[in-house]
Amino acid sequence: MAIGKEIRSKIASVKNTQKITRAMEMVAASKMRKAQNRMTAARPYARKIRNVIAHLAHAHSEYTSPFMIARPDKKRIGMIIVSTDRGLCGGLNSNLFRELLRRISQWKKQSLELELCIIGSKAVSFFGRLGLNVVGQASRIGDTPGIETLIGTVKIMLEKYRDGEIDELYLASNEFVNSMTQKPAIEVLLPLQASDETELTHHWDYIYEPEAKAAIDQLLTRYIESLVYQGVMENIACEQSARMVAMKSASDNATTLIEELQLVYNKARQASITQELSEIVSGAAAV
Amino acid sequence: MTMTIHVDIVSAEKEIFSGLAEMVFAPAIMGEVGIAPHHTPLLTPLSPGEVRLKLPGGKEEAFYISGGMLEVQPHVVTILSDTAMRAEDLDEAAVLKAKEEADRQLHDRTADFEYAKVLAEQSELAAQLQSIQRLRKRAGRS
Repeated sequence: MAIGKEIRSKIASVKNTQKITRAMEMVAASKMRKAQNRMTAARPYARKIRNVIAHLAHAHSEYTSPFMIARPDKKRIGMIIVSTDRGLCGGLNSNLFRELLRRISQWKKQSLELELCIIGSKAVSFFGRLGLNVVGQASRIGDTPGIETLIGTVKIMLEKYRDGEIDELYLASNEFVNSMTQKPAIEVLLPLQASDETELTHHWDYIYEPEAKAAIDQLLTRYIESLVYQGVMENIACEQSARMVAMKSASDNATTLIEELQLVYNKARQASITQELSEIVSGAAAV
Repeated sequence: MTMTIHVDIVSAEKEIFSGLAEMVFAPAIMGEVGIAPHHTPLLTPLSPGEVRLKLPGGKEEAFYISGGMLEVQPHVVTILSDTAMRAEDLDEAAVLKAKEEADRQLHDRTADFEYAKVLAEQSELAAQLQSIQRLRKRAGRS
């Protein structure tokens, strides 16, 4: 029964793999629910700060932040890339990276230089290997990153923008459409997009304490941080749902594989029994 | 009926309070401010401290915030609370950390690269092994 043993051990190993993928699927499912909750919990802040920014755009402030001024000729581009820390989440990261590479090669053609800040170790190893200019990174952020883990990477880029080292800042992350669909998204963070509704009812301005510059700068910094934070939370929700789907299909594949192997095993077993029987019968006939 | 003003207190991680209040006290960076309905528009950073709300009906509610921003519009007060302790030097430390990580990665790249190479070789070997097994099986069956 040499064949039988081989197939049986193969079935056992596939079964073991299936147990692991099942467990990962369930873990991802429960984590996804939590990540989605956190994602929605972060929304009010983003909405409120956007309101405040919109008000600010209507106010006639004597100070205009450099973040709000678009620069006509761009030479260098900054980019914050959000990826996952772990793999085994289907094509989530590779879809985003493919989209990014397409964008980067476009920029290369326009001979724009690129500076990257990277969040998440998958993008760190990918873009590190490409030899691009990585100026800051944060990896191993875990499932519940606080905003303090992201401050560093964001601040690097904001300072570079303020100093004129980069002329535009983008955020690349996955957008959570629903638990089956995630979509790579590359958005402009800086310069801030002016809101469309510019009609003014009356002429007013805030009272700023201590002064306009400090207050507005801090507000805009918080705004960008909240956008990046939102992106990271969304990416984590994407990661968990993508992993859940990937692990589900892996478990399903394992099931079909086991069925096939079982069939092969049964056939082999039957063949060997038939052979033995015919040997005995023909042996008896010969006597 | 007394006049009220809508107050929203949010942090990046969750919504803390949303509702009406008669009066809001907040620790602005230049000193505590009290805001009544129809206050003139105001924008200011907040220092760590206590935000107190006088709710309709005389009750008071207090929240601790570790800094943030305060925006006042005539009918709405928005408090954007920070979740983390923020200070210029702390932010600076975070920047340094992010930069260091990037540097370390740059110098460490050989190790990572080797790992990726080994991984690629391994997957190739696995694929070869699989096709050999498949061939063998087919040969066994026919």
